[in-house]
Amino acid sequence: MSTTFLAAVCVVGIIGLILGCLIAFTAKKFDVEADPKVEKVRELLPGANCGGCGFAGCADLADAIVNRGISPSRCTVISAAALKNLSAFLGVEAEEKEKMTAVVFCGGSLSRAARKAQYNGIMDCRSANVAGGGGKACAYGCIGYGCCARACPFGAIEMRDGLAVVHPEVCRGCGKCVTVCPRNLIRLVPASVKIHVYCSSADKPAARRKVCSAACISCGKCIRADGQGRVEKQENGTVRINCENPPDISLAETAGCPTGALQTEETHRAIQPISPKETQK
Amino acid sequence: MSLPPHVARFTGGIHPMDGKGLSNGITARTAPLLEKYLVPLHQNIGAPPKLTVTKGELVKKGQRIAEPGGFVSVPLHAPTSGTVGNLTEVPGVAGNTLQAVEIISDGKDEWGSGLDPIVPWQEADRKVLKQRVADGGIIGMGGAAFPAHVKLSPPPEKTIDTLIVNGAECEPYLTADHRLMLERTEAVLEGAAIAARILDVDRIFIGIEENKPDAIAAMKKAADAYGIQIVPLPVRYPQGAEKQLIFAVTGRAVATGGLPMDVGCVVQNAGTCAAIRDAVVEGHPLIERYTSVTGTPVVHPGTWIFRIGTPVKEALKLAGGVREQPAKLILGGPMMGFAQSSMDVTVTKNTSGILLLTGRETGRYLSSPCIRCGRCVSVCPMRLLPGPISVMVECENYALAEHNFVMDCMECGACTFVCPAKRPLVQHFRRAKAEINAIRRARKKH
Repeated sequence: MSTTFLAAVCVVGIIGLILGCLIAFTAKKFDVEADPKVEKVRELLPGANCGGCGFAGCADLADAIVNRGISPSRCTVISAAALKNLSAFLGVEAEEKEKMTAVVFCGGSLSRAARKAQYNGIMDCRSANVAGGGGKACAYGCIGYGCCARACPFGAIEMRDGLAVVHPEVCRGCGKCVTVCPRNLIRLVPASVKIHVYCSSADKPAARRKVCSAACISCGKCIRADGQGRVEKQENGTVRINCENPPDISLAETAGCPTGALQTEETHRAIQPISPKETQK
Repeated sequence: MSLPPHVARFTGGIHPMDGKGLSNGITARTAPLLEKYLVPLHQNIGAPPKLTVTKGELVKKGQRIAEPGGFVSVPLHAPTSGTVGNLTEVPGVAGNTLQAVEIISDGKDEWGSGLDPIVPWQEADRKVLKQRVADGGIIGMGGAAFPAHVKLSPPPEKTIDTLIVNGAECEPYLTADHRLMLERTEAVLEGAAIAARILDVDRIFIGIEENKPDAIAAMKKAADAYGIQIVPLPVRYPQGAEKQLIFAVTGRAVATGGLPMDVGCVVQNAGTCAAIRDAVVEGHPLIERYTSVTGTPVVHPGTWIFRIGTPVKEALKLAGGVREQPAKLILGGPMMGFAQSSMDVTVTKNTSGILLLTGRETGRYLSSPCIRCGRCVSVCPMRLLPGPISVMVECENYALAEHNFVMDCMECGACTFVCPAKRPLVQHFRRAKAEINAIRRARKKH
């Protein structure tokens, strides 16, 4: 009884010893020398593999930073503190970089946008875009099936009442959502700008109003209230905040936007009542 | 002359409920003159025509109101005599918005197309005839809306030896081509003969599905005088698809990515042929067409001759309105037509049918994962693998989908029709085609 037990332990133990030696030998023999610097840089990078930098992933960027002299600020999603750490490790000057955030330039949630049809197809914005553009009547607004939310590697986009809203404290500005939106509604803007005109419709103002209660009707009230060119009308009729010289967020109150398209990032995210009509309700 | 049976049987295909009994026995009626027509400018594939008239201008019926915007484009003509109204917008068939010009009728309906009849056309120059087809504003009236004169201008390195007239009308419910072939038999045949003269071919076939025996009989009776052969085709959707029709009639298969002219064929719809005849023999441009107004909710389903620019609302009024609330309005047939989100759409040159469906007839399904039963593969007339390709598209692997010939999909809907998992396969393919086309365009730029 006891001998069979010992035999089993010995046999398995010897096999284990031999294999262990073999592994140790091959590990030494075929060792690929990894640059410890690259390893360290990869550790200091966020590790999200979002691809926002244009490289295949964080390891690829780390290799490029160490061996090809790419600036560490190429990483679009790195926080200021992490960038400082990384620059200190590399011994280069940390470039001051403005934090960017994605903004969905549409305020047409389900309760505000008119419906034209019952959509019964694939619940994906880009699929809906080839089949009449989903259920909402506006041909320029958010389709609302969450393409961008699924594409975001950080979970910064939430679908709220059929509208994509960005949580800027989570958003790292990688720009993945910008490329997937079939309506081209998302842009990266400096995160310090907290007020925007949330409408991208290039329709005639009256037609916009017909399909959405939160549409910008290009009335120009905000442009006049600001009076310093910090709010600009663009060629296609949409109105945009000048992100290089933004107005104070109090403009959302003082401008008296009749539809509420001009609103702060906070109210847009919360989908709070914005227009005078909605507030009365 | 003995009639050749159809030569070949295309792969796959389905037998949907045909619904043609609602309207195929009713003689087409000419719609009365309306007070106002809304003529959309961009009805064709290719460049949009450019408007040449201004508000307040007086126009005659058939007068040119827009110039072609390029070679692959057609002019537009006033549907009746009257005054040019505002330039407005109407919803397009595919969910887009189209610019449209109002023509306010003066009630006189006077012709003034400025096109003289070319008689006898048998002696006319081919170029003159082709130019007339272009001037007549004629586009593929089966639904594709491709300018007819472009199809009749094959590049010199391609030899065309066969003209096939498409009278299959395989879409369920639609009876417009059926009534047209019965009532304007001579016009279709003469138009086909003119098209054949332009192409310089003497092999002309007219393919008609066997569910239209009266049309086949009428055509057979008159066809000999024009040297045209009638080919009765078995009833199977999509028998009227261009490549399937060519295969059925001639036994020639168009290679992937190819065009009918690669196998020496040109296909024209029966309605297009009648329009070609009207433009050449009468000097009348394309301003009206046969359109079925049908579906179970319609009080008096039937086929009508509508002017281009007739609002669908008016068309339904003519058909007696609806007897129950319809759930869906489709322009075209139920398989390949477009569901509409607005009643403001108008009859255009390629509106073959206005179809209403009730809630019972239009299923709303939840789709589920592919169960790999292979039914889509067995019905695909292009011999693709719809199920696996749809999964590739879901994974956004467009390169793999392209490698599996998703670009050959003609969106006939046979796979979606039979799918027991109710997968929206065609929508996946349409998305893949749109994305692949965008990738190709981007590649070309760089």
